[in-house]
Amino acid sequence: MSDTSLARKPARFRPATEESPAARRALIGVAFLGLGILAFAPLIAVFAEALADGIAASLRSLASPDARAAIRLTLTIAAISVPLNAIFGIAAAWFITKFDFRGKAFLITLIDLPFSVSPVVAGLCIMLMFGTNGLAGGWLATMGYPIVFAIPGIILATLFVTFPFVARELIPVMIEQGRSEEEAALTLGASGWRIFRTVTLPNIRWALLYGVLLCSARAMGEFGAVAVVSGKIRGQTATMPITIEMLYQEYLPVAAFSLAAVLALLALVTLLLKTVLEIRHADQLAATLRR
Amino acid sequence: MMGRPFIHRSPMPGLGLSMGITLTMLSIVVLLPIGALLLKGASYGPAGIWETVNRERVWAALFLSFRLSLFAALFNLVFGVALAWVLVRYRFPGRRILDAAVDLPFALPTAVAGIALTALYAPNGAFGRLAALIGWKIAYTQWGIFIALVFVGLPFVTRTVQPVVEEIEREVEEASATLGASRLHTVRHIILPMLAPAALTGFALSLARAVGEYGSVIFIAGNIPMVTEIAPLLIIIRLEEFNYDAAAAIGIAMLLISFLMLLVINLIQVWSRRRIGDV
Repeated sequence: MSDTSLARKPARFRPATEESPAARRALIGVAFLGLGILAFAPLIAVFAEALADGIAASLRSLASPDARAAIRLTLTIAAISVPLNAIFGIAAAWFITKFDFRGKAFLITLIDLPFSVSPVVAGLCIMLMFGTNGLAGGWLATMGYPIVFAIPGIILATLFVTFPFVARELIPVMIEQGRSEEEAALTLGASGWRIFRTVTLPNIRWALLYGVLLCSARAMGEFGAVAVVSGKIRGQTATMPITIEMLYQEYLPVAAFSLAAVLALLALVTLLLKTVLEIRHADQLAATLRR
Repeated sequence: MMGRPFIHRSPMPGLGLSMGITLTMLSIVVLLPIGALLLKGASYGPAGIWETVNRERVWAALFLSFRLSLFAALFNLVFGVALAWVLVRYRFPGRRILDAAVDLPFALPTAVAGIALTALYAPNGAFGRLAALIGWKIAYTQWGIFIALVFVGLPFVTRTVQPVVEEIEREVEEASATLGASRLHTVRHIILPMLAPAALTGFALSLARAVGEYGSVIFIAGNIPMVTEIAPLLIIIRLEEFNYDAAAAIGIAMLLISFLMLLVINLIQVWSRRRIGDV
């Protein structure tokens, strides 16, 4: 640094590549104020409103049959859709990074497509395909497999909105790592499954975990797409976010915010784990995530 | 089809399995449903779509959604660049917490954010009461929608700009300073142009997210037709009336307008890249 070579630091020395202390303080102030109002305040509001009538009242509302059914349903949806998404993500990343084929960029664009579609439009699309008046839905319903207004529809909607999460984390990491390690294992006679388990998986495990983490947070919190396809049947197809909406519309703020607080706690745990992963395993995550 | 094979032969195992899973899931989850929407639109025809969309209430909803999304994305563009700069360049207590808090809108479910923002900005809420002192109504007006859209778009610009700020070489700034440029001049003419392409990407993502946003908006919006009714809500209303044609028409109109906006942003991006190349 240039300032260490100076024998005596001038009283108000400032490197030419820094802003003035006043500008610096102002910018930091704006950052704290902006995030305080936009991020921290809503978070605090959730817990404050949940505890408005004391912790006993909020725990009692969480123990109600509807709230318990909603929590059970949301966990079930996540337990089914997140592993499916992880399997898709791994398969897509393997297909895209280990083979050369035409239309690869197009395939990646298609995988990313759900990010640029409104969740409500996603729900609408699933309605039009799998709804009872939809292209395949009528036939599936007469066969005894109703999709929309039932759990399969909610899973499809969840899969749609979380579709790119795992694949997006894995593809850049696997491109960066190349194919040489897998090729070496192949020449040593390892089977495909063994190569994946002992060579690829250890290289991508943190990126996989990162993708799964983001995917589960979104899967448990999805509202717009699920609102279209769930039918909002209390105790049956009402997920946690849907139940929050119903309770809120019925002017039961404590019950609504108590359920919201559970989801907010899950969001905080997600953020914490995500930050830990970014700090601890930065070298094994996609380059854009490195801090 | 003659010269290059469709898939290069490779000794790597798992081609059939990985391709099978990828294409099957992509088709069932994404392509078939989107295809169903497009098919519905095609059978309805451009004239039918136009007839549905060309109504005062639908135009009002589409105009509201896109206009407020644009404002929110512009706010996020300015705030996001400043935030990225602060988080990368400055060291101060609480920086890590701020950095983690940027992702809160990604992690917090939209319905939770929606009721929390409503509780804050409603006339009897913590911020709503303050605003009411100067006669400013936020919740159940377009201001409320704007705030919800700023919230959901908050992380995009910061997260795309942060890595670029990290890679700026100090030498460039030093060179500019030794040539006599003031700090403000350096920031305006050297640093901001370097951040522009990434900031625009973040802006586009933030805009796309805001246009489609539903959960965090409907609680705070008040949902008065023609005034605070957003386009995604109108789709839901039409679906609840079992009017699938109209819902599909509005959905297709939204897709088309988003597509046009992203195209324009991409063109601006190409143009700004070229301009920086010339500098």
